Amino acid sequence: MHVLAISANDAWTIATAATCAVACGILGCFLVLRRLSLLGDAISHAILPGLAMAFILTASRDVVPMLLGATVVGVLTAGLSAAIHRWGRIPEDAAMGVVFTSLFAVGVIMMAWMPRSLDLDPGCVLYGVLESTSLDTVHIAGIELPRAFTSLLVTLLLAAGFVTLCYKELKLTSFDPALASALGYSVALIHYTFISLVAATAVVSFEAVGSILVIVMLIAPGATAHLLTDRLGRMILLAAGLATLSSVSGYLLAIYLDTSASGMISVVSGAQFALAVFAAPRHGIISKAITRAALSSRIAREDILGMLYRWNERKEVDPAAAPLAGGDIALALRRPIAARMAMRRLAREGLLVSDAAGVHLTRSGIERARGIVRSHRLWETFLANHLGLPLDHLHEPSHRVEHFITREMQSELTTLAPDTDPHGKNIPPHHPAG
Amino acid sequence: MSEGLWDILLLKDASTRTVVSGTALLGLAAGIIGAFAVLRRRSLVGDAIAHASLPGICVAYFVVGDRNFAALLLGALVFGLLGSACIAAIRDYTRIKEDAAIGIVLGSFFGLGIVLSTIIQRQPSGNRAGLDGFLFGKAASMITSDVLTIASVAGFILAIILVFFKEFRLLCFDRQFAAVQGRPVAVMDLLLLALIALCTVAGLPAVGVVLMAALLIIPAAAARFWTENLTLMVALSGGVGVVSAVAGTLASATIAGPANSLSRGLPTGPCIIITASIIFLVSMLLAPQRGMIPDLFRRFSLKRELALQSTLRHALQGAPAPDHRPSLPIDHGIHEAPDQSAPRRETDA
Repeated sequence: MHVLAISANDAWTIATAATCAVACGILGCFLVLRRLSLLGDAISHAILPGLAMAFILTASRDVVPMLLGATVVGVLTAGLSAAIHRWGRIPEDAAMGVVFTSLFAVGVIMMAWMPRSLDLDPGCVLYGVLESTSLDTVHIAGIELPRAFTSLLVTLLLAAGFVTLCYKELKLTSFDPALASALGYSVALIHYTFISLVAATAVVSFEAVGSILVIVMLIAPGATAHLLTDRLGRMILLAAGLATLSSVSGYLLAIYLDTSASGMISVVSGAQFALAVFAAPRHGIISKAITRAALSSRIAREDILGMLYRWNERKEVDPAAAPLAGGDIALALRRPIAARMAMRRLAREGLLVSDAAGVHLTRSGIERARGIVRSHRLWETFLANHLGLPLDHLHEPSHRVEHFITREMQSELTTLAPDTDPHGKNIPPHHPAG
Repeated sequence: MSEGLWDILLLKDASTRTVVSGTALLGLAAGIIGAFAVLRRRSLVGDAIAHASLPGICVAYFVVGDRNFAALLLGALVFGLLGSACIAAIRDYTRIKEDAAIGIVLGSFFGLGIVLSTIIQRQPSGNRAGLDGFLFGKAASMITSDVLTIASVAGFILAIILVFFKEFRLLCFDRQFAAVQGRPVAVMDLLLLALIALCTVAGLPAVGVVLMAALLIIPAAAARFWTENLTLMVALSGGVGVVSAVAGTLASATIAGPANSLSRGLPTGPCIIITASIIFLVSMLLAPQRGMIPDLFRRFSLKRELALQSTLRHALQGAPAPDHRPSLPIDHGIHEAPDQSAPRRETDA
């Protein structure tokens, strides 16, 4: 086991990765919201021929021509995919697949044709050269900075500036393009400006981290943040934070395991997303399961209260009716375990008592049950009188809706309803009669 | 032309024959299964499976040690299916849409593959060359046993498609109807996915991760332009796959790169894909019903016909003909016209 020792080079590399991740993460939020995630995938593959072309034409790894070439091809990918989808009437995903794989093939061939003196390894293209970015430095204002870090910092400022300046327009066109267009915003202009910026960011990032990590950095933080919050502003900040966290921890893990940094950052970003899928406060699988279980147990309890209340009514007419036993209730609910648990909880809350004679509602149990039965019968009345449903179609929907009718809805329904429901049964009042 | 060139083109050379038959079978299988993948809107699943299978190859390498080809492919298949299961789970159980799910799964699985393959490379016995082959494919080094593997996969895929053709047709065009008819749509969807994964994994060593997806999508998309009939489309798609595989392989074997380039010839996988892209482009421009040029021509002649009729009508009514451009409602009809020739409408995803 070796000790984690962070050198100055490592620190610069982490800074480079984090800058890259934050720039991608900010733009990625909008990719996720606009359902353009795969465009990030497509662009990061398709820029290969643009890079190769610039490389062949200028015979150098100069940043500006490469950036230009790749950005043009990136925007071309978006435009061509849209054109093939519209004019060729080919499904959107297939159109995108055709365009980016073809461009990638062209790029690989161009690289095979390259003079041997120019070295652009296809492997590097896929997984980048993050580890060595800190060795290639430039001097700016007397400070020695890694070249990739400097260009990524500029990209980050551009991305952040664009999102800040056009926040309103981006938000509107992402969530409601039809409204934006009706209000006079040029949806296409914003779309293509955004796409160009994504392409440029992908190109700059790609040199440092490789095309696969670019895809992950563009999509994963945005998608993770989307699971954690419903506010756009918060989502962008969260994405930036998550991006920083994954690049720092991914890089440290890579040093620890002595393996590829960009690969490890991808894995950490994926793990972050997986964690959010399960544990996100509102949209996570666990919390959704808990909410659902709580609702299902409330429905079981309310169904039992309703059942006992109706039995009480029957007893007033026919005093000889046999009392309900716990087993009858469990059977009627068709979920014996849930029913037993619900009855135990109702007993604990003092709403029912269970003795040798059977199960009975307590005084406060009757109070609660009255509200539920009232909701049920009010809803049946409403369905019959206002929607004209036949008598035998009333119970089922009401049985479901009764759990969701609030006091306010009850009083609103009361103004529409008489004292008895369509079956001729009494609609119990809020308070005991008299 | 030199003697050697003809030897290659006429398949006299045994190794060329092996490679051509391997890629042709792969093109056939990918074209056929790809037709269903495109129609079922699963185009990019092949891409995701191809990327997601990389860690499987590494894990298989860890487990069996030596480069046992069948074991590597099995590992790839398992992880490819695992990746597509993750995509389906994210799509069905969270608010994240399928496109983002594909991107995340593809990237993080592939990242895991890179992490593992770097670790393998560091081992004293590690030989990354075999794994690198999976990224970009090495069709030229195909041997008879590889061709037999591909042939059995292609045969299996063909048999399944033949047996369940009616079910797959229903699944692609009207899933709800299929479900109402009592067909096990979920099982059929899974079967389709498994076939895509099988084909992808079988093709990985030949054409590589990225281009395998292309082999699934492009022939099918090209075939879609020529016909509205599923049987014909599947056959055409398989045919386009075979033609581009053969032509691309031969092109890569015959066209020499520039004298000072990195490698002697052109890589086979990209040559196949570019051939397929050219066929796609030609189809998109020229196909009689759905092609762009016949479509433009039809619009033009409809416009001329309408202008003629409008002139005649005005002449009959004795009024001077207005501008030759038809009035608004008719103009609207012109834009609608091409859609009427193609009854299939895009449904909302």
